[in-house]
Amino acid sequence: MSLRIVVCVKYVPDATGDRRFADDNTTDRDSVDGLLSELDEYGVEQALKIAEASGDAEVTVLTVGPDDAKDALRKALSMGADKAVHVNDDDIHGTDVIGTSAILAKAIEKTGFDLVVCGMASTDGTMGVIPALLSERLGVPQVTLLSEVGVEGGTVKGRRDGDAATELLEASLPAVVSVTDQSGEARYPSFKGIMAAKKKPVESLDLDDLGIEADEVGLAGAWTAVDSATARPARTAGTIVKDEGEGGKQLAEFLASQKFI
Amino acid sequence: MLDHRLSPEHEELRRTVAAFAHDVVAPKIGEYYEHNEFPYEIVAEMGRMGLFGLPFPEEYGGMGGDYLALCVVLEELARVDSSVAITLEAAVSLGAMPIHRYGTEEQKRTWLPRLCSGEMLGAFGLTEPEGGSDAGATRTTARYDADTDEWVINGSKCFITNAGTEITGLVTVAALTLSSEENADGSPRREISTIIVPTGTPGFSASKKYSKVGWNASDTRELSFADCRVPAANLLGEAGRGYAQFLRILDEGRIAIAALATGLAQGCVDESLSYAAERRAFGRPIGANQSIQFKIADMEMRAHTSRLAWYHAASRLVAGERFKKEAAIAKLHSSEAAVTNAREATQIHGGYGFMNEYPVARFWRDSKILEIGEGTSEVQRMLIARELGMEPDRP
Ligand SMILES: Cc1cc2nc3c(=O)[nH]c(=O)nc-3n(C[C@H](O)[C@H](O)[C@H](O)COP(=O)(O)OP(=O)(O)OC[C@H]3O[C@@H](n4cnc5c(N)ncnc54)[C@H](O)[C@@H]3O)c2cc1C
Ligand SMILES: Cc1cc2nc3c(=O)[nH]c(=O)nc-3n(C[C@H](O)[C@H](O)[C@H](O)COP(=O)(O)OP(=O)(O)OC[C@H]3O[C@@H](n4cnc5c(N)ncnc54)[C@H](O)[C@@H]3O)c2cc1C
Repeated sequence: MSLRIVVCVKYVPDATGDRRFADDNTTDRDSVDGLLSELDEYGVEQALKIAEASGDAEVTVLTVGPDDAKDALRKALSMGADKAVHVNDDDIHGTDVIGTSAILAKAIEKTGFDLVVCGMASTDGTMGVIPALLSERLGVPQVTLLSEVGVEGGTVKGRRDGDAATELLEASLPAVVSVTDQSGEARYPSFKGIMAAKKKPVESLDLDDLGIEADEVGLAGAWTAVDSATARPARTAGTIVKDEGEGGKQLAEFLASQKFI
Repeated sequence: MLDHRLSPEHEELRRTVAAFAHDVVAPKIGEYYEHNEFPYEIVAEMGRMGLFGLPFPEEYGGMGGDYLALCVVLEELARVDSSVAITLEAAVSLGAMPIHRYGTEEQKRTWLPRLCSGEMLGAFGLTEPEGGSDAGATRTTARYDADTDEWVINGSKCFITNAGTEITGLVTVAALTLSSEENADGSPRREISTIIVPTGTPGFSASKKYSKVGWNASDTRELSFADCRVPAANLLGEAGRGYAQFLRILDEGRIAIAALATGLAQGCVDESLSYAAERRAFGRPIGANQSIQFKIADMEMRAHTSRLAWYHAASRLVAGERFKKEAAIAKLHSSEAAVTNAREATQIHGGYGFMNEYPVARFWRDSKILEIGEGTSEVQRMLIARELGMEPDRP
């Protein structure tokens, strides 16, 4: 029976654009162009590599996001994923990480899985906790932050490079893994891939389909609330210290005044 | 209906290649260029993306796309660098296309899969030391040896792109052959045929690389043929149809060069916009001066009209309509736009624009050849005048 891989991919505002919050203090996802989170491209790449090595695997890409998030799915399909699942519901607006993980978990269960692959963090929320939350909700082991990953038989194996040590880890399937930006550059879609993506199935699901009540998610269901947000002040010009014999001392005073030393 | 927007698939291809050019080509190409080195690593990556197989059918290892897809890619690559763009252009439109268009089933099966994957590059040898514009005056000869059923090629070719890389697999050579028909005086008539010469064939050699003004990360060689023998089956298309064949190939190629020139013209706008915002003089960004703004506005206008011109020519080609005049106009207009934009972009960059480490210096050096290669500007004007029904001005 073929290996079922689900890759969670997030559609995020383009970091090179002018990112803002909307009036209700949620991320403004309408006025900025979005794209498939770069960190999730690594997840897609590793899933495709595992699928290619296995010879008998099916890769499903899953996103929770607004209408435009289908662009992220199309990109992943162009890269070579087999099918896509898009969870989209107006009531999802304002959902926090707890709610997002609940939606993802339900959608993963509905799709069926042996291996869930996530990125190391989204490039907008950057909490990096979804993989752990998914592991808890799905009741399967987690092997996170891998820079190398592979599946052998019923086991997923990987390498985690930490500051102090390199760990070789493995877990029995089904399992959740997350991969880092050191796991290998993501492939560029070929034109054949782009053309083929047009014909691949994209399943759209709403909260009803997943048996989730609207009040479990959304702003109302969130455990945290953002009261206000202030844009980071523009960078100031900086201070130029002219060395007239006292340069060292002045530098030290500056650093001390900024509490660096 | 009049619509110059790309289909969603062509648009996605454009964005993909733009990202590749920005992330992979831009950081590395300066180094290759500086040392006149062929960028094997980048070319291999382009091969993995399927760029070399874009307009060819999937059954031969291609991507099942069209000529428009190729041109979209050339524009985005040239927006960052022309050496990689011309490597792709020459390999696909001059190297592989004649085999796709005129080759036998056997020739296609032998060559196209490797050409499509980018493992192997093809080249097209038309220009000779004695002349390029007057392609009908080819002097290289191919004599048929009935005893061995081979062609025996003698002569030389110059300025041939992709002819001497480590991955060059073949050169398609235009050569004079003897016709079965006779001239009025009874002497045998000579005609031009195209013949596939695989790399490594005894008697065929490529000289060392030229020292060029631009396109320094692209491979250009002089070729010589001394009793070079290839099987009779290497004839491409019908004997004596060589001239008509390469005219068709060159007509198409002009659209590809126009797309490439448009990319260079647009790259000049990109670089100038950011430099004009960054560089300060007299207490404000140089871009605050109307004279700089107007220069950039004119540059954008030239890039834009160049794009419309090649889109129009390409849409006629893809629709199977006559495109000779439109292709010549696009090539002429965009190459002149590229040269002008490169000159203006260098001017906006001041002294830094004259330093090789700045992309605009590369653009400046790479622009001039666009008015020369695949038909000079004079040749384009001749073609346009002829398409308007004017009599050829014969010496
Ligand atoms: C339309 C929409 C509106 C939202 N509004 C709010 C809000 O107002 N307030 C709030 O607190 N949160 C909101 N969220 C949720 C939030 O943006 C994150 O999706 C969630 O908190 C996950 O945290 P993170 O981005 O830090 O993920 P991380 O834990 O950093 O992500 C790790 C990995 O999890 C996967 N992943 C994360 N998010 C998704 C996803 N959406 N789809 C598929 N895979 C995913 C990816 O593989 C990713 O690499 C919203 C989400 C959406 C889609
Ligand atoms: C970097 C580079 C790469 C190239 N790659 C290839 C390749 O892959 N394959 C290939 O076959 N060739 C290639 N070429 C050759 C190129 O196509 C020729 O250089 C071009 O066609 C001009 O030919 P020529 O150099 O012989 O100039 P000439 O034909 O000698 O022309 C000299 C000048 O006279 C003008 N002229 C000629 N005839 C007329 C006329 N009737 N009326 C008015 N003006 C006229 C020309 O416009 C030009 O200005 C390449 C050249 C370069 C520099």
